[in-house]
Amino acid sequence: MSLPATSSDGFWSDTGKTGIASWIFSTDHKRIGLLYLYSVLGFFLVGVLLGVLLRLELMAPGRTIMGPQTYNATFTVHGVVMIFLFIIPSIPASFGNLVMPIQIGARDVAFPRLNLFSWWLYVIGAVIVLTALFTGGGPPDTGWTFYVPFSAKTGTNVSLAVLGVFVLGFSSILTGINFVTTIHRLRAEGMTWGRLPLFVWSLYATAWVQILATPIIAITLVLVFVERVVGTGLFDPSRGGDPIMFQHLFWIYSHPAVYIMILPAMGVISEIIPVFSRKPIFGYKMIAFSSLAIAAAGSVVWGHHMYTSGMSDTAILVFSFLTFIVAIPSAIKVFNWVSTLYKGSISLEAPMLFALSFVLLFSIGGLSGLVLGAAATDIHVHDTHFVVGHFHYVMFGGTGFAFFGALHYWLPKFYGRRYAEKPALVAWALMFVGFNIMYFTMQVLGIRGMPRRYYDYLPEFARLNLVATIGSWILVLGLIILLVNLFRGLFRGEAVGANPWGGATLEWSIPTPPPTENFEEDPVVTHGPYDFKGAGKP
Amino acid sequence: MSHPEHKDYTGAKFGMWLFLFTELLLFGGLFILYATYLTRYPQQFAAGGKELNVVFGTANTVILLTSSLFAAMAVTSVQKGDRTTTLRLLGLTVLCAAIFMVNKYFEWSAKIHHGIYPGSPRLGSAPLGESVFFGLYYVTTGLHGLHVLVGAGLLSWIGMKVNHGKIHQGDFVTLENGALYWHLVDLVWIFIFPLYYLIL
Repeated sequence: MSLPATSSDGFWSDTGKTGIASWIFSTDHKRIGLLYLYSVLGFFLVGVLLGVLLRLELMAPGRTIMGPQTYNATFTVHGVVMIFLFIIPSIPASFGNLVMPIQIGARDVAFPRLNLFSWWLYVIGAVIVLTALFTGGGPPDTGWTFYVPFSAKTGTNVSLAVLGVFVLGFSSILTGINFVTTIHRLRAEGMTWGRLPLFVWSLYATAWVQILATPIIAITLVLVFVERVVGTGLFDPSRGGDPIMFQHLFWIYSHPAVYIMILPAMGVISEIIPVFSRKPIFGYKMIAFSSLAIAAAGSVVWGHHMYTSGMSDTAILVFSFLTFIVAIPSAIKVFNWVSTLYKGSISLEAPMLFALSFVLLFSIGGLSGLVLGAAATDIHVHDTHFVVGHFHYVMFGGTGFAFFGALHYWLPKFYGRRYAEKPALVAWALMFVGFNIMYFTMQVLGIRGMPRRYYDYLPEFARLNLVATIGSWILVLGLIILLVNLFRGLFRGEAVGANPWGGATLEWSIPTPPPTENFEEDPVVTHGPYDFKGAGKP
Repeated sequence: MSHPEHKDYTGAKFGMWLFLFTELLLFGGLFILYATYLTRYPQQFAAGGKELNVVFGTANTVILLTSSLFAAMAVTSVQKGDRTTTLRLLGLTVLCAAIFMVNKYFEWSAKIHHGIYPGSPRLGSAPLGESVFFGLYYVTTGLHGLHVLVGAGLLSWIGMKVNHGKIHQGDFVTLENGALYWHLVDLVWIFIFPLYYLIL
């Protein structure tokens, strides 16, 4: 059922408004998805630039390109931008908006105007965060975690930054509410819970975490703000407050938040792997269930960030045990993906390569996470580069690579044109190699005792730091090739039909690019999302 | 291929309930702090609680409960198609909100006048936990007061839509959701009042 690229421009042309207003005031989920996509990509590049500067500074001991205060501000802003402006909204807000309503057979999300409002809140939050960098006492230097007591005392502009993050949290909550309601209320006829694409299941689990966890960071940031402005003393030991309570409240959100970041990525992988293996997914029910299990179990493990904080030993034991439980649903997913590959007809195209590297890198990151989850080993590597390496393995190697896979997998559907395969493979190979050189080295550095967030280090760490920095150059080179090839292809590449990959989910059954209201007639779903019998390979 | 405008009564209420959960959790963070610090400083919390004015607290509880009644009656009257009564009841709800805020203003002013405010010299020399108690008191009642203002604004906006005939017997879910929000504001106060004014 390979269709030629349709002459119609689908949702690109069919709109009442013109010019920029047809985008920034559009309530079409596809346009909002693209707005999010370009916003998060822009901030991703800012974050990458800051990351490269950090690696340059650490290339050699002592001062290399910046002073210590600038270094502190750079890693803080790198973290804030990457976490709150890129990775939390990355896949759910961009591809969730672009694809999810189509996958469940809906014309739009449940609250289209609220959806637009979410994007505006995101933009307002981003502007506030950016303003914080250039006003007051300068960019925050607390690390993205805003730990008290330093965040309450530092002269840098933390107040405005936490206000911006508060607004971003509001945006995230509204997206979550919108998606849960959409998935409950707008599934097409025949789209039972057992036929939901796994990407939708992962977004569903994510949306619940967004709803239930984000308010806690909101109140925590409000308290930091109030602390700085009027000095309530709620976290100030000299007035009876307890800084550890800040850490608890912060991680009650920020640990579940890493599942906001990784779950949608796992959903993307669950879509790509069966399509490029030409096989129904193995263990559909367990993958769907494990998304919910990760969301639930992940909400009660926050204490593993605090083993060295002075929390009670009983609490450490309990949190360590609970942390290991999260490994079970994560492993279920990995085993099911690998089982899907078994005896499949695998085609190694760009989306698949990113998906396969996700499985490998996420496994490395996940296993190093167990080293951190066990209290005994954590004490040794706490606050070292091991943590930095671990976090980037799951977040960049995991979510980042899944995001690149999603860009290659879904964007041709919305642009009607595709990237060139060869440069995409080169880009993937460079990124994969550069990534591992950079972050695996960091894990080794961490085990040898190099602390994180330090401006300077002992001479014996010099060689490995140089290796990591060289890795960052290879990674960035790959990234540049990837983006140039991708976007050149989207505007000037080969035209694609309705179903370039032979997928069986609903988005491949409608014209490319999708019409404004997605479906000419409301679809009636008669088969599962990975039932490839009806969907021929082009 | 234009489709009719999408209206989903159940979906709209579903979304509102989800939002109310987030509000509960927002205040939940403050209640966690209350529980922790109460365990650590029971005497100081008791001393702080004695400073609060039960008369003001009780009056505001009665006012908010009554306003919730008015909001619920407004929902019933819009379902019956009685626009005048709906508007009147919404007006009464907002009036109660205003009285609540005026009371709050006098209550806070009296406290500040007695030198009880974050960072005040009096709290600085008081036993450790007392400063925490009043810090929590100001943040919690302040955040709640902010919600009262937002709720009153929301109900006024809804009143305008009722007046213009945008919300009516056939399409009243916005008013219903506004009333739900108002009940939440009421509900949060139902927990704040005993925790700060009565049990200590």
